[in-house]
Amino acid sequence: MGTATTHGAREHARAQDGARVTAMPVVPAGALAAPPGATGPVVWAETIAGGNYGHRVLARGTELRLTDVHGDACAHLLLLAADRPWERLNVADTVKVQWNAYLGAGRLLLSDQGRVLASVVEDGSGRHDALCGTSTLERNRRRYGDGAAHSASPAGRELFTLAAAKNGLEPRDLPPSLSLFQGVEVRAEDGALTFTGSAGPGAAVTLRAEQDLTVLMANVPHPVDPRPAYHCTELQVLAWRATPTAPGDALWEATPEGRRAFLNTAELLASRGIA
Amino acid sequence: MTTAHATDRSTTTVVAARSAWSAVVRAGHTLTVTDLHGNQAVDFLLYDAHDTAVRYSAPDTIQAQGGIFLTTGSVLMSCEHTPLMTVVEDEVGRHDTLGGACSKESNTLRYGHHTWSQHACVENFLTEGARHGLGKRDLVSNINWFMNVPVEPDGTLGIVDGRSAPGRRVVLRAERDVLVLVSNCPQINNPCNGFAPTPVEMTIDARPVSAR
Repeated sequence: MGTATTHGAREHARAQDGARVTAMPVVPAGALAAPPGATGPVVWAETIAGGNYGHRVLARGTELRLTDVHGDACAHLLLLAADRPWERLNVADTVKVQWNAYLGAGRLLLSDQGRVLASVVEDGSGRHDALCGTSTLERNRRRYGDGAAHSASPAGRELFTLAAAKNGLEPRDLPPSLSLFQGVEVRAEDGALTFTGSAGPGAAVTLRAEQDLTVLMANVPHPVDPRPAYHCTELQVLAWRATPTAPGDALWEATPEGRRAFLNTAELLASRGIA
Repeated sequence: MTTAHATDRSTTTVVAARSAWSAVVRAGHTLTVTDLHGNQAVDFLLYDAHDTAVRYSAPDTIQAQGGIFLTTGSVLMSCEHTPLMTVVEDEVGRHDTLGGACSKESNTLRYGHHTWSQHACVENFLTEGARHGLGKRDLVSNINWFMNVPVEPDGTLGIVDGRSAPGRRVVLRAERDVLVLVSNCPQINNPCNGFAPTPVEMTIDARPVSAR
């Protein structure tokens, strides 16, 4: 039957049911077998195409594993307290408070309210960046000819704007972001940056939500990737229920600054009757 | 508390230790920030005066120049990767893009909860920003003029003794009409102000750079 009639069009559309492509959300994620290392049911399973974005609200204690499937993903990441977006990732506090410009296992992603949004549980990449943020329409126009969200070379800020809008947020709610899987190094003498690129296919990073979070992610090339072409490959997302960091955990006690950040977080949760 | 005096073409304001200041600098005009007593960090945010959603972006500024320190020639970029101001003169050679502002909240992490009653830059930014319709959403990682934040090969980063001296200055040319917010940093727990905040001077000059 053709698509000239309503019944034909309906049949044609419904014939797509069950189609599978490599980059797509898997629903229901809970039907998936938990991956190695997961402690609870899967709540988010999605493969984000290069040049695309993802977003989700995650409950406190959820673990989020991101995998650079083919070696050319770059997960640009923003975290905001769910339903309280005025508390959000503060990259400056994240590096300053922890006395380190680089991200890695054991690092905390701090909010502008002196609290922990998420902790880095595992890092199989070591190539990350907290300094350069993401790409913009203007920069991608100059570098690749276009940066619009539906172009062949979408800019990270354009995709963040869409992901934010779907959570009731505006461009003003987008602070500087982090990027995972593509790194830079700072030269000590003069502060010059060197792009270190990717650790290769299969690298994975696991984060743990320490508050209920709105997660915004754009998978686009790192803004200082020197290659003239737009290289970005699939980013796999898997999240499962787990347990937030608690007093007595080695991470809680790892540094005096981190301990006070966890204490501030616990105070908020206690005062709101959450934990 | 501030004191100001004006000539035909320029306006100079002394911003007291721990105070906030703001002004619109017109395209082509310059703003000179003078470290009157030396070793005073000046926290600095800027916005397109006609569309404050277009605001300073530390990451775009770092991307654009391929490094983390600001000095002569550095272009201060917006979140849309467009120029807001350019550093046209610099008597220090290094200014910070990474450390952001001190806040009462981050002070509880960096030093302890005993610091809660102290002044902090975010309070200055919120107070001064509110006069222009800006709120907390509009605060992002800022510039710290005269503040020295080196990064070691292993990534270790920290605020260390400043490289400025009494009377040293940085001169910025506005590339479009910009709104500037300043917190003359009140921090007393690290060397960014030599543990004793001091006044700074802000001069807006309407003459072209080449005519002075």
